[in-house]
Amino acid sequence: MTVTISSELLVQASALRKVYDSGFVAVDGIDFQLRRGEAFGFLGPNGAGKSSTMRMLGCVSPLSAGSLRMLGLETAEHGPEIRARIGVVPQDDTLDTELTVRENLLIYGRYFGLGRAVIRERAERLLEFARLTDKADAQVEALSGGMRRRLTIARALVNEPEILLLDEPTTGLDPQARHLLWERLYQLKADGVTLVLTTHYMDEAEQLCDRLVVMDAGRIVAEGSPQDLIRTHATREVLELRFPPGEQQLTAGRLAALAERVEVLPDRVLLYCEDGETALAAVHAERITPLTALVRRASLEDVFLTLTGRTLVD
Amino acid sequence: MTVLSAPHTAVHHGRLRGAGNMVARNLLIYRHTWYLLLAEVFEPVLYLLSIGVGIGQLVGRVPGLGDSPVAYSAFVAPALLATAAMNGAMNETTFNMFAKLRLNRTYESIRATPMTAQHIALGEALWAVLRGTLITTGFLVVVSVLGLAHSAGILLVLPGAALIGFAFASAGLVVVTYLRSWQDFQFIQLAMLPMFLFATTFYPLGVYPRWLQIVVECLPLYQSIELVRQPSLGQVGFQLLVPVVYLTVFGAVSLRWAMRRIDRALTR
Repeated sequence: MTVTISSELLVQASALRKVYDSGFVAVDGIDFQLRRGEAFGFLGPNGAGKSSTMRMLGCVSPLSAGSLRMLGLETAEHGPEIRARIGVVPQDDTLDTELTVRENLLIYGRYFGLGRAVIRERAERLLEFARLTDKADAQVEALSGGMRRRLTIARALVNEPEILLLDEPTTGLDPQARHLLWERLYQLKADGVTLVLTTHYMDEAEQLCDRLVVMDAGRIVAEGSPQDLIRTHATREVLELRFPPGEQQLTAGRLAALAERVEVLPDRVLLYCEDGETALAAVHAERITPLTALVRRASLEDVFLTLTGRTLVD
Repeated sequence: MTVLSAPHTAVHHGRLRGAGNMVARNLLIYRHTWYLLLAEVFEPVLYLLSIGVGIGQLVGRVPGLGDSPVAYSAFVAPALLATAAMNGAMNETTFNMFAKLRLNRTYESIRATPMTAQHIALGEALWAVLRGTLITTGFLVVVSVLGLAHSAGILLVLPGAALIGFAFASAGLVVVTYLRSWQDFQFIQLAMLPMFLFATTFYPLGVYPRWLQIVVECLPLYQSIELVRQPSLGQVGFQLLVPVVYLTVFGAVSLRWAMRRIDRALTR
């Protein structure tokens, strides 16, 4: 897959803030830039400000402060023009349940001012892209969760957008449906569509994103490629140990000396180290016997834990 | 498939074009559920048969608007026509829109496109007008078949129904933005039912004392009934301008208000 990331800046956000009427600060001054052809992710737990950021990028939520330029235009003044050139996949499916699968695409194309013939032709192509050709005349209600998601994505592509915004694209889907969806998103990436996605799944962020920012409580706490982030904020490997109930607290103190860093979670202890097997040998040498021991590569989950002291999904 | 940066074809919508998209969406939906409209023709027909024709047997002839008395059913039918246009439009912008606004979040996905809250509001109002007019047409056919159409002036009912539809569709759009749950629909009933019963639907304005007449004359349904009843009973003249101006202003003010409210509801 050859994806070229150009130097053209498609999105420039600086000191972006979103404060709701209730006084809640959802986004607390963030800066980021996005280049054409990139797959860019916002990783963070629920409530980190990801969706609020996405709504501002979608030009449906006014900024409370800061500036946001997309496709060379200020979002505050050029909402409709920008919206004409982006695609939005919201967190919850907002399909027209009273219409058939095909009709959903046909009517959505009209909202972009596209001609009927153009929409018809694109609808057929998009049905194929979303693997929904067989379901073209089915009512939306008859679709599975994964199919609905794919239709929502197909719908967001009807205007052939330059940027596709995906808010938690695979939340609530079963593993098989997720993998099919990821495969489709790879295809889009290969076709040169710039992707912006939010997720609280680290595997999703690792697989799809060229670059990502980690968000927590409305702020960006780290930025880089998945590999960079892991290299900078975590060790190469992680040793995960589980203990019988009650014993974890007693042993945790003794483990501290055996790794670069030790993280105690409610159900397990994580030992950050360069070489997990060596660390495990050291654990055994100390006559500590965990119920289970697992050596794995460090992931974005560990990055998040290091940066915020909390897990992504709780 | 290539989704690669094709020249962006989308443009800024003209207001009417954007509104037209909303009408197109509703037409697409009603291709599947057109029979629901028949149910709304049925309701005024029931009133017409029970009260107009049934009670009309006891009442006999009543003074019309001109010199000659008319059958009671011919007096009631135009009021029911106006009510049908009102309900046909307002049901759409209250009940049906509430679901789209609060539950299905249909409008959120529409707002993600170049469409604006103004397009949505104007489009839904236009659609409701169309719907109200269709229902009125259906009812008009029934009225004519029953022989209650006394004047060719009754054809003026159709543009009249469109104007009534516009006024109440717009009012409905305002109301729907204030509703928090299905329970709140009780408040609409609380206003609409008394208006239906007392806005000269079943008897003339003359039964009220003068001060109450003034109150009733201020009601939008009273003006709507006047707009339909006068031409139906053969009274076509400049006095029709009163309900025309009243309903136009009422609808226009409501629509502007609704646009602001809907924009706020969709912009968070």
